[in-house]
Amino acid sequence: MMKKILSAAVLTAVFAGAAQAEIKVGILHSLSGTMAISETTLKDTMLMLIEQQNAKGGLLGEEIVPVVVDPASDWPLFAEKTRELISNEGVDVIFGCWTSSSRKAILPVLEELNGLLFYPVQYEGEESSKNVFYTGAAPNQQAIPATDYFLEELGVEKFALLGTDYVYPRTTNKILEAYLKDKGIAAEDIFVNYTPFGHSDWSKIVADVVALGADGKKVGVISTINGDANIGFYKELAAAGISADDIPVVAFSVGEEELSGLDTSNLVGHLAAWNYFQSADAPVNEEFVAAWKARMGEDRVTNDPMEAHVIGFDMWVQAVEKAGTADVDAVREAMYGLQVPNLTGGTATMLPNHHLTKPVLIGEIQADGQFDIISQTEEVPGDAWTDYLPESAVLEADWPGLGCGMYNTETETCVQIKSNY
Amino acid sequence: MTRIFLIGLRAALFWFLAAFAVQAQSPIQDLLQENRAAVEKASRKTIDDVIGALLASGLPETREVLARWREKELWQRDEDGLFFFAEAVDGNTYRLIDIATGEAVGEYDKKLVSQLKPNSGVRSVIATALVRFQLTDPDPAKRAEGLTAIERGPEASHLEALRASIEGENDSGLLARKQRLERLLTIAYDDDSALRVAAIESFSTDLGVDARAALNPLLATTRKAAPALPEGVNIANVLKPGSSALPRSEAYALLVAADLAPPLVTAAQKKEALIANIADGTVAGMPIHTLGTAEARARAYAALADQGLAPPDVTEDGIDAALGAHVFFDQYNEPDAAITAAAEEALSSVSTRVGVNQALDLALDGLSLASIYFLAAIGLAITFGVMGVINMAHGEFIMMGAYTGYVVQQFVPNYTASIIVALPLAFAVTFAAGVAMERLVIRWLYNRPLETLLATFGISIALQQLAKNIFGTQARPLTSPGWLDGALVLNDVVSISYIRIAIFVLGIIFLFLLLFVLNKTRLGLEMRAVTQNPRMAASMGINPDRVNMLTFGLGSGIAGIAGVAIGLYAKVTSELGSDYIVQSFMTVVVGGVGNIWGTLLGAALIGFLQKGIEWMNPSNTLAAQTYMIIFIIIFIQFRPKGIIALKGRAAGD
Amino acid sequence: MERSFFARNPSALIFILLLAAFTLGVTLLSEGFGMDVVSTSMVKTLGKTLCLCLVAVAMDLVWGYCGILSLGHFAFFGLGGYMIGMWLMYERTKAIVISATAGGPLPATPEEIREGIGVQIFGVVGGSEIPPIWYFADSLTIQLALVVLVPGLLALIFGWLAFRSRVAGVYLSILTQAMTLALSLYLFQNDSGLRGNNGLSGLQNLPGAENVPQTLISIYFLWASALALGLGYLLAAWVAGGKFGSVIRGIRDDEARVRFLGYHVEGYKLFVFTLTAVIAAIAGALYYPQAGIINPAEIAPIASIYLAVWVAIGGRGRLYGAVIGAALVSLVSTWFTGGQAPDIPLGFYTVQWVDWWLILLGLSFVLVTLFAPKGIGGLFDLIAGRGSPERHGADLGPDPGALREKEAEE
Repeated sequence: MMKKILSAAVLTAVFAGAAQAEIKVGILHSLSGTMAISETTLKDTMLMLIEQQNAKGGLLGEEIVPVVVDPASDWPLFAEKTRELISNEGVDVIFGCWTSSSRKAILPVLEELNGLLFYPVQYEGEESSKNVFYTGAAPNQQAIPATDYFLEELGVEKFALLGTDYVYPRTTNKILEAYLKDKGIAAEDIFVNYTPFGHSDWSKIVADVVALGADGKKVGVISTINGDANIGFYKELAAAGISADDIPVVAFSVGEEELSGLDTSNLVGHLAAWNYFQSADAPVNEEFVAAWKARMGEDRVTNDPMEAHVIGFDMWVQAVEKAGTADVDAVREAMYGLQVPNLTGGTATMLPNHHLTKPVLIGEIQADGQFDIISQTEEVPGDAWTDYLPESAVLEADWPGLGCGMYNTETETCVQIKSNY
Repeated sequence: MTRIFLIGLRAALFWFLAAFAVQAQSPIQDLLQENRAAVEKASRKTIDDVIGALLASGLPETREVLARWREKELWQRDEDGLFFFAEAVDGNTYRLIDIATGEAVGEYDKKLVSQLKPNSGVRSVIATALVRFQLTDPDPAKRAEGLTAIERGPEASHLEALRASIEGENDSGLLARKQRLERLLTIAYDDDSALRVAAIESFSTDLGVDARAALNPLLATTRKAAPALPEGVNIANVLKPGSSALPRSEAYALLVAADLAPPLVTAAQKKEALIANIADGTVAGMPIHTLGTAEARARAYAALADQGLAPPDVTEDGIDAALGAHVFFDQYNEPDAAITAAAEEALSSVSTRVGVNQALDLALDGLSLASIYFLAAIGLAITFGVMGVINMAHGEFIMMGAYTGYVVQQFVPNYTASIIVALPLAFAVTFAAGVAMERLVIRWLYNRPLETLLATFGISIALQQLAKNIFGTQARPLTSPGWLDGALVLNDVVSISYIRIAIFVLGIIFLFLLLFVLNKTRLGLEMRAVTQNPRMAASMGINPDRVNMLTFGLGSGIAGIAGVAIGLYAKVTSELGSDYIVQSFMTVVVGGVGNIWGTLLGAALIGFLQKGIEWMNPSNTLAAQTYMIIFIIIFIQFRPKGIIALKGRAAGD
Repeated sequence: MERSFFARNPSALIFILLLAAFTLGVTLLSEGFGMDVVSTSMVKTLGKTLCLCLVAVAMDLVWGYCGILSLGHFAFFGLGGYMIGMWLMYERTKAIVISATAGGPLPATPEEIREGIGVQIFGVVGGSEIPPIWYFADSLTIQLALVVLVPGLLALIFGWLAFRSRVAGVYLSILTQAMTLALSLYLFQNDSGLRGNNGLSGLQNLPGAENVPQTLISIYFLWASALALGLGYLLAAWVAGGKFGSVIRGIRDDEARVRFLGYHVEGYKLFVFTLTAVIAAIAGALYYPQAGIINPAEIAPIASIYLAVWVAIGGRGRLYGAVIGAALVSLVSTWFTGGQAPDIPLGFYTVQWVDWWLILLGLSFVLVTLFAPKGIGGLFDLIAGRGSPERHGADLGPDPGALREKEAEE
């Protein structure tokens, strides 16, 4: 009692710890700054899912209370907000982050305070934290199949890897370079370019890509450009009249949401690789899309990271019910092997390496801003450590079995329990 | 049990019926059904057989089937797997059309039929196959389509067909394209060396990417090592190991790859060998704990090698000896020296031209960037440059203009009309906002430039957040009219998009408009008078309050118009303005405060400089911006008043 | 006889006492020292706030007393953080690499350890080479020296160039803004060798103190920050008081007149600029180990503008005003963006503070600038009964940085 009074008096009630009665879900998505374009939607998705769950009677008889914070696309702020969410708000789980930089920023805090994060975006892999469940795609579930598609189906011989300058593009491109060299593409046929977040003047880069065709090889662009920089890029691409038949562009970070910011009639045929598209033909998807549009407005669209949150939230709810508590360690144990339906008509299974099984979809941009799915695979298990970099190929993540997220199968030792950041 | 039996029976019956149904189909349907799996899951690698079979069959429907398949108009009925053409009746129903007869066979719900979606790789293979039908098609559009297909996926077989079709071509544009393509194909596929050389020489002044794409592969080389130069091969050049073109390590790697020298032992291999030979805590007599340095490990390994427990390391002398005993050379993949010589010559003449044109293209890019900076900064040139007011919310006025454009497009669906409405409306909106801001805030802080900076910064973050609350954080589409789509293409190297040209033109218009307003109108005269000496101006009967208000409104209004233009070429988000604010201030400062020409020069300097640095360091656009700012900082050291410095009393001090 | 320092600066004594009481109070109430009323996260927030107060004191010295509105002091703050961050990251990674390789059959060579560190630190940005600027990263002494030297030298060179060519007023503000923008853009590049956009992270884990819980580390940093703030405040008060202080205030109000009196104005300005840059760097070096991560966005121009705004809201030209402004705005900002502030239902619309806080903040800058140039510090004048001089609406001097009639003290 004394403590409570003191806390209220000394430090104002503002920062006081809250009561622990209800189940709290932290939502850590940027609502301002350059990533807000992508992340705000995920906040709304989480609020919708929580509302739906509460309408069904909540969880373990308790109401789920969302705690929304705004880390403002600022990585240090992500770390600060995570600390606040876990130790001040006492949230049971956090759904959040988009960029890998932000995830790397909060990893030490999560691991120190034993928090739980569901990370909904495709990422570069090379990581498996005890405190994170990766509901987005690992490279073998998105980047590698898309590159295969370029090599096999489109016969691309020369690659332009364009990316925003941060962890995900850098690491993905490193993996892709190694993979392409494996496949017999020469180093001089791989052109790599990085641009800052929010880059808008693309004319020179687009011209450079066109000029790559001068040695008679078919050129393809693999884009890991993130956030609102994509709009300028696609506008320039359209203005330069680059047809998907001449220089196809496959993007890993461009979904329906990003396309809603521009007119796609000149971009028809360019590609994106994801694990979900709004146009996926499944009853459960139609239901989800309808609920989303009813809540947010007819012109709003759904995208892959939203599906990842749907899967992640369903799994977390199931795990909490199975464990009978929202305690992080119990929930983590309950997560392994859980299966929930994904929105493309299949099932997502939680693997021991904290990744999901996911189908790989490749879609072509259509004039209405939607994607025409032209290729869909069976569910592929996510691989935390890529097989295409020699130093990672020997690593394995298996939390329930080995208790380690970075296990060297050659020396049979756990390299480290905590993650790199 | 019976239930399972019944299901089995039903399945068998279905199979029978289905088989029967297939039997009764037309020959083209039969052919497709034979290759059903390959058609359903079409892949570039497997599609050739299907297309080959279709072409070989000689069926009249072949062309139609291929063309429709490519257009994603070939559908499959789920119940029996038969292929049909289809057209949409409404959103959920499709009318299926028999391939052979062209008659409608009924309307089906979307769920009962599936569309075949060949990917673009397959589509281009189909397009290549269709070429034979198209080159002599009476419809010029179809002929053009065929030529495009050849450009995208040339084949040796196209050469004959193309040559045959040139004779009867009556469209001059298509004829030129055909002749050009014929020369390109000659280079790649003809057997006659003289014809090829002639074709190669004909491209020595051609800037086309496709021409270079035909010439470059001829000059592809393979790097080889041999004890002596081989006879009778087409050698491009002989390399000296240790030169910058061929470092020693690479040369030695070549020897190893050709089995002409023993491989080097890598550090990892040495470590492995050491680990493999650990015995009683020692390796080759050396205790393990002493092996914590590279030198100790090298000694231990040498000892192991001496004992014959590991392959001996290759010494520097060994490498030198091996390199000295061999020659290294690049060998052309093309055996005919006449061809490679011609290609070399043609390419070197092309590359000079390409260089000149690239410089021209870079200049255009720089000009375009300069005009964007100019447009963003020109409003500031008035409010900051002429009035001396630091308006940190200038960027937000640009943003307001862009959002005005977006809102107008919601109500006026015609893009051309909406832009025509949006430009003056954006001016009006930001003019009003500027006037309001001047009346409420800036007027009280005229002698306090630093305080103005802070107050307007407050307004700036408030406006930005307000835009977020109203329009959301998603980027909003602001679409340019169709006539601004695309680019002005001078050749394959030099091109500039129309939207950038439009921004350039807009910049020019505003330059002259402002010069006119400032120098030739009464308002301009009053403006200059008030800025130079407000008290004197007031005693001459000018109302300084009114003039300041109008001046500020004018500057803000222009920012609004700039916003529409920038929104058209980039993105419309609430952060649009903050991307330009620092650059805009620097443009004005570099150019020289209080002078529109100065702003123009400042924008030009910054634009060209940035593109120039980008050109030197193409994989890193951030570096360009960094060095540009550093340049500006240093520039201001030497010309603190900017490029064009005001002199005399107007300078203010 | 000269009066003692505290007699001339009673506010400094009060401030030091309050700061000590605050630090003691937080320590006693903290998780690490038993009471568990103030969470570790809160301790970190308070510790960071003290560092921000310190940089605000520096800002007040350079702007409030010397009239130089620098919009680049966060560049020095960030550089200080980077310098200490390099050591923290390198040493912690080294410990991880050594423990990871300890199990191997052969003892690791120094080259292998260095390579391992390179892969760990730069693996996430696709590299493995340790860039040359990390040459001293394994020496705490040198990196601590660099905390002061690198930002100090940058400030010296930049200031020398700028003051030499008589760049002043808004031009100087824009130039400092350009400097911080250039620095942040440079650091954003991967080639700069400081992990580009990702910055340096995991800084809260002190090498060699793996077994000390964060509950205690946070308290130690709070003490260090409080000590630094106290010393910084005293230093600033000492500089701003006395003859030197009179000269720089003279420069603020009427530079030309001070120059004609024979003072070497550029020298004074350069000294204050460099001194405050060093103070800012020290504040940064204490801030980022508590924040845990630093990246180039921290140095973006907007951060430095915020710094000026804190000082303006607190009341420039008085050191305690800067402290109050920085503490208040950053804490209130944390509260509003942390989702803790209650929503205000208006019936037709619910005001969610996450969305509306920035608008409130922005408008309050405008109001403070227009109506309360003394800022919050002005309240103390009301209490102390001090009034403004009667100058018939004229400012203290003609220069852009001169105090206004309303904010000056009689």
